[in-house]
Amino acid sequence: MSGREPAGAAGAVLSARALSKRFGERVALHDVSFDVRPGELVAVIGPNGAGKTTLLSVLAGVQAPTDGDVGGAAQRVGWVPQQPAVYTKLTVVENLALWARLERVSDPAATVRRMLEQTDLAERADEQVGRLSGGNRQRVNIAVGMLSQPAALLLDEPSAALDPIQRGRLWEFIEGLTAHGTCVMFSTHNVAEAERYAGRVLVLDEGELLFDGSPRTLMGQATGRGEAGDGIDFEEAFVEFLQARARA
Amino acid sequence: MRWLLGKDLLILRRSRVLVGVLVVYPIAIALLIGLAISRSPGKPKVAIVNLAPPGASVELGGSKVEVGRYYAQLFSEVQPLKVATRAQALEKVRSGEALAAVVIPANIAAKLSSVLNQGQLEVIYNGDALEQSLAQSKIQAAVAQANLELSEQIRQLASRGINLLLQGGDLSQLGINQNRLLGLEALPKVLGGLIARAPPGRDRQELVRIKELADFAASNLNISKDVLATIGQPVQVRSALVHGRRTPLNAFAVVVAVSISLMFVCVLLAAGGIALEREDNTLARLTRGLVSREGLVVEKLLLAGGCAFVLAFAMLAGIGAFVALEWSRIGLWLLALAAGALAFGAMGVAIGALAREVRAASLLAFLLSLPLAFLALVPAGAVAPALYDVIRGVSVVFPFKAALQALDNAVNGAEPAIAGSIAHLLALTLLFSVLARVGLRRA
Repeated sequence: MSGREPAGAAGAVLSARALSKRFGERVALHDVSFDVRPGELVAVIGPNGAGKTTLLSVLAGVQAPTDGDVGGAAQRVGWVPQQPAVYTKLTVVENLALWARLERVSDPAATVRRMLEQTDLAERADEQVGRLSGGNRQRVNIAVGMLSQPAALLLDEPSAALDPIQRGRLWEFIEGLTAHGTCVMFSTHNVAEAERYAGRVLVLDEGELLFDGSPRTLMGQATGRGEAGDGIDFEEAFVEFLQARARA
Repeated sequence: MRWLLGKDLLILRRSRVLVGVLVVYPIAIALLIGLAISRSPGKPKVAIVNLAPPGASVELGGSKVEVGRYYAQLFSEVQPLKVATRAQALEKVRSGEALAAVVIPANIAAKLSSVLNQGQLEVIYNGDALEQSLAQSKIQAAVAQANLELSEQIRQLASRGINLLLQGGDLSQLGINQNRLLGLEALPKVLGGLIARAPPGRDRQELVRIKELADFAASNLNISKDVLATIGQPVQVRSALVHGRRTPLNAFAVVVAVSISLMFVCVLLAAGGIALEREDNTLARLTRGLVSREGLVVEKLLLAGGCAFVLAFAMLAGIGAFVALEWSRIGLWLLALAAGALAFGAMGVAIGALAREVRAASLLAFLLSLPLAFLALVPAGAVAPALYDVIRGVSVVFPFKAALQALDNAVNGAEPAIAGSIAHLLALTLLFSVLARVGLRRA
């Protein structure tokens, strides 16, 4: 995806301005605004049906917003959907080569080699994707999303199908990307993962952005003790936060 | 688009079972349909009980007509299983060995000879409705044909009798032992001589009245021979084709077989191809700026159309080795196949886009294609006029009939002209492409 106009705050790689998305009568997103800067790792959390996947797909350009704008400095935004979006009848290397050509990267062969190394898939390069494990399939899925070396990468539930070891390697890989300046936004149901890896969380509920800040700030708000929530874990604080908002 | 085409061809190459089925299945179906159309139906097995004594004949005016010839005509339309008794015939029908039984009664010759009574055959049926209908129509047709033969023989006998009456002659040919008979046509001349020689008076007047009667009888009896012929076969068939060139049945079967193969391969490949993009979840990734939805529709259409075109042409060329086809018309063959492939491809893409899943798309493609092919082959007059209008309407909005007509014209020079069919197919290509694009709206 390319050709974005910088429409957000100065220095923002990705910006959302008053984003709304409706499916008939149902409101999936309502007036959502935020900016993401280079190297940020942002988690989008919320209960089921909160609008997390819709938000990422609108940011990725898969769906058009009903109202509002998506902008930012990123010329290319990588998108990794929750279900691996790769051809199961093709091998890993054939998939990467095809998507690299479709993405019109300047040197497809070199890009494929680099992605195979980065995602540790070199040994599986000639295996059909349909015969890979769920974890390896997800790695191919992420590799395809990274082919164009996007300034912003959007990952929808990236660790959902992975075992703990594969999850660890995934986060290592993602932290490597952010260290090189790529901003990464991911949605997850695993709030502990959000607390552990994300520098910033966006809390969505019923399409509304309820919170935008660090995990520690969220814990503080949930417990009413400022920055830190002593004696309570992040998941409990998150639930407490949602319940408090519901009561309000 | 070329990368996607290359990808789809690679996937096809790896799906050997699918390719095998896509090639073998339509060819098998096509061969079956071709055989069904080009071969006449088999003769049903019918148990025949002939209770008439051997050599029985119908006697008319001293001449004999062999009843055996009547049976021979009857047997020629069925596979006769000759049995001795009615009970044996019934058993054959009950056991399913015969679809029907015909019992020829012992007195059939006597009844026919009496002229006052019709001969009666007893027919016993079994089997399902379709088998019953087949046996019934075969037997009825055979009885009608045999009746015609018999009545023709009787007419010929009657004509000979009338000729004797008119022209006179030897009555022994009618079985009458008498002197040479004076004919009705000669009678007025004889009477004229008698009248000339007779003195005026009451006798002469009577002779004049008799001569008038002889004149009238001779002229009217002459007409009666033609009347007999007309009664024996009131309607004769003389065939004429209103317009266009008649396609031989085997050449038409070739066209049907190739059209069906073109349709199956094209529709299934296109529907499966687009549905596979959804199943692999790649549609959303592709259409977020890498390939337009219109481009995707065109790519699948070209892929399916191209493969089906090659297969159909290979079939046509292969069949051409066995059936005489006009190779000088090859340009028109290619045009008709290409237009058909485009329309079927677009229909397949629309099915795939709407079904959203490979299995559902394949099933829908089958469910739509088979009845459409069947409906397009229903001839006018085979069903009620209102139903035929509905069938024609359905055939207009799907490509099979137009593709069949285009190919029939291209291969056999049949009516209607190819230009109209090609235009029809192109319009359907556009229509189904728009439908496919609408179906792809939601990735």
